[in-house]
Amino acid sequence: MNFAGVSEIEVEEVYKRLFSEAEEGGYHLNPDVEFTKNLVRGYIRNEQRYGYPSCPCRLASGKKDEDLDIICPCDYRDPDLEDHGACYCALYVNDAVLEGTKVLAPVPERRPSRSERAKINATRTVPTSASLTQLPYPVWRCKVCGYLCAREQPPGICPVCKAKKDRFEKFL
Amino acid sequence: MAVEHVDGKNKGKVVLYALSTCGWCNKTKELLRGLGVSFDYVYVDLLDGQEREDTLNAMEKWNPRGSFPTIVIGDKKIIVGFHEDQIREALGE
Repeated sequence: MNFAGVSEIEVEEVYKRLFSEAEEGGYHLNPDVEFTKNLVRGYIRNEQRYGYPSCPCRLASGKKDEDLDIICPCDYRDPDLEDHGACYCALYVNDAVLEGTKVLAPVPERRPSRSERAKINATRTVPTSASLTQLPYPVWRCKVCGYLCAREQPPGICPVCKAKKDRFEKFL
Repeated sequence: MAVEHVDGKNKGKVVLYALSTCGWCNKTKELLRGLGVSFDYVYVDLLDGQEREDTLNAMEKWNPRGSFPTIVIGDKKIIVGFHEDQIREALGE
């Protein structure tokens, strides 16, 4: 796969950044470097055309609000690593796949369908139990990796998985 | 760009719904090419507006989850994801 406007220098740079960020956070990129660089090309292409790097293996709407859950790393990465040894597009893999003791197989889509997402968005609520509103600070949860922090605002970047501020939800 | 056709052995109608950025879609397309079968493919991410909506609606009739790649063989069999064995078997290859 090659895209006009995605240079090999850029692919190399993004690959290196994702690799080091993954390793620092206890994650691993897929050791099939050729396949992984193809995903990186798609990641860069999406960043160029949408303004954010949505999953190369999922259809983005182009509206950020609707695509937040599939901005890489997506909300589904960690449960898919747990259940299948890889995230949906297989950019990230677990230890067993990295070490070659588990063979990669297609990961079933965990993201709700278009019609299911519309329903979920219509009924989304923020928890407000009486005792919890007494907390001195709100608690924010990273929807990608589950990192929690108690402060007025979520951090700009998740210190664990590097997801951006808009991926945090108010947890308590 | 809409539907692209690849010539090859006639195994009935084979339609691949894919994304231009997706590694698994790419593997699926290369498998079909390698098998030398005739097939149509469409990159849904490159479609806009009504054309995208119509294509997605048609695909979701087969695969309600709307994930890629989705392969529809002979208007009756559907394979979701790069399942090489299933694709080979369905095409008798």
